[in-house]
Amino acid sequence: MSQNPVPHQPDAPTAGGTGSPPAPTTDGTASAPVPAAAEAVIEIEGLHKTFGDLHVLKDCALTVRSGEVCVLVGPSGSGKSTLLRCINQLEDPTAGTVRIDGVLQGYEPEPLADGRWQRLGAKQIAAQRARIGMVFQRFHLFPHLTALANVMEAPVQVLGRTRAEAEHDARELLGRVGLADRADHYPSELSGGQQQRVAIARALAMDPELMLFDEPTSALDPELVSEVLAVLKDLAAAGMTMVVVTHEMGFAREVADQVVFMDEGRIIERGTPEEVIDHPRSKRLADFIDSVL
Amino acid sequence: MSPTDPNSPHPGATGPSTPSPPPGATGPSAASPATPSSSAENFTPIRARSAPKPGTWVAAVIVALLVLALINFLITNPVFEWDTVATYILDVKVVQGVGWTLLLTVLSMALGTAVALTAAIMRRSDNAVLRGVSWAYIFVFRGIPVYTQLVFWGLFTVIVPKVAVGVPFGPELLSFSTRDLLTAFWAAVIGLGLNEGAYLAEIIRSGLNSVDKGQTEASKALGMSNGKILRRIIVPQAMRVIVPPLGNETIGMLKTTSLVLAVPFTLDLTFATNGIANKLFTPIPLLIVAALWYLAITSVLMVGQYYLERHFGRGFDDRTPTGQGRRASRQAAVNRARTTPHDPLPEVEL
Repeated sequence: MSQNPVPHQPDAPTAGGTGSPPAPTTDGTASAPVPAAAEAVIEIEGLHKTFGDLHVLKDCALTVRSGEVCVLVGPSGSGKSTLLRCINQLEDPTAGTVRIDGVLQGYEPEPLADGRWQRLGAKQIAAQRARIGMVFQRFHLFPHLTALANVMEAPVQVLGRTRAEAEHDARELLGRVGLADRADHYPSELSGGQQQRVAIARALAMDPELMLFDEPTSALDPELVSEVLAVLKDLAAAGMTMVVVTHEMGFAREVADQVVFMDEGRIIERGTPEEVIDHPRSKRLADFIDSVL
Repeated sequence: MSPTDPNSPHPGATGPSTPSPPPGATGPSAASPATPSSSAENFTPIRARSAPKPGTWVAAVIVALLVLALINFLITNPVFEWDTVATYILDVKVVQGVGWTLLLTVLSMALGTAVALTAAIMRRSDNAVLRGVSWAYIFVFRGIPVYTQLVFWGLFTVIVPKVAVGVPFGPELLSFSTRDLLTAFWAAVIGLGLNEGAYLAEIIRSGLNSVDKGQTEASKALGMSNGKILRRIIVPQAMRVIVPPLGNETIGMLKTTSLVLAVPFTLDLTFATNGIANKLFTPIPLLIVAALWYLAITSVLMVGQYYLERHFGRGFDDRTPTGQGRRASRQAAVNRARTTPHDPLPEVEL
């Protein structure tokens, strides 16, 4: 396997190898709600990731267009979270490329004379990350800061906003996720669903171009899942570009423009929710859907 | 549900079998099943008598008697010369000694903390040189007795008589004698501070490591720089873990300052009381003078530690006085904050 980020040829062997067609250009059922003309925000090509001997991602390719909601599903250990974390460089791909708005992530756009690629410095990588919001399974709110201060932290520290300006925006965002009256509470005083909504507000405060959600409801008590999903639906309706790793098939069916099924590090199937969830082509996907529905 | 008004005075309408009030319930309305709010909120706590613990009581009596005997011994034994203690506890030399001891403690802890934070951060670096130097510093300064180090710093002006600033291997631009600069006091501060830094470096390092990795990831995802992540996110949370041992180390430092006669620095509390004791040939009462002062300063430091712990404990509630453990107190905090409108265990209500 090549150790540099040069993309594999776009016509590389189709992922999966089980005869799944190179979606999403399927005939008939394709009623893509997102116009094909919308510009691609995320372009992933030939992505591989290894941890030692463990081959976690195998030749993954994914395109997410502006305003699109892409839901990644698959059994645990299938590589969904790793793929998501490669998008904002919390993991460095072993091979392949990630582009956001056409800009190669993590490396200078052109290779060096000797064919190696120049890694970007910490500041440039931080600047690339600042445009991508991320919400984690376990919230990862800053426990020593109030909800309001959590939301204000990055705008003040990264974007250099004034505290007054940041506070005004933060209160508005907390209101948007239904937590205006919880601004002065510490995370430990909030329920899981409230913490996750603060985490979403914190990510939105950076005015990101796209949002990544890594199993945002998996750590929540069942009765708190809906309040977080409601916020996600609002965001999707507002036209936010989103990639969501989740097991919530109902959410995928209702909100997703593109559903991607992964197994053992490969993208097996992709398409509209109707195609993937209701008419699975491969046995692996059919089995998976049976197990989660 | 009965359509009749539950408060209507018609007991006979519901038949002869009127439910008897539950034990502890008071008032006539408590007997009515249609007013669950009163029975859910009106209750009499159990009036309990604790189980007998004869072994504990006997032990407590024995310990109390021993303490009384000790107090009696301290008061009545003439060698303690409490009148001499009273005379010298506010002696000018002694009070000045307290001042110097405090100054030594504060400055050497400040130096130690600064050095330790640097060493701890270097230890986390991915650069082998920075990591290695930090490791070697901790190895050397933790491994040599502080007394030996203090003697060394006292002799530093002999080892390095002159420091010159200039072009390496070229002309000198500026030079000065270390003897003018490194007085016994500063030699003591540096000696104590560098020794302390080696211990604190390990404490701070474990404190930094105690912060969940998710915090770093969340900060990175927000585009924060490594320096800001450390300063704004990691260190404030690590302080919660660092402050209790830092308090212990400060109290330890207070007592270690008594070794500065190795430099030799001769104005601290121990040296002052020893000097008076040697003059009067009364060592015991002046040891007590020193001991009382060290205890007094320790008490003040403990108060400071309490407030520091409270400050850095904001947002963390696993140290409640009830000591119920993290989960129980977290639920208590959620309840206190009234952020969840309903009972956290709604199935109990059904």
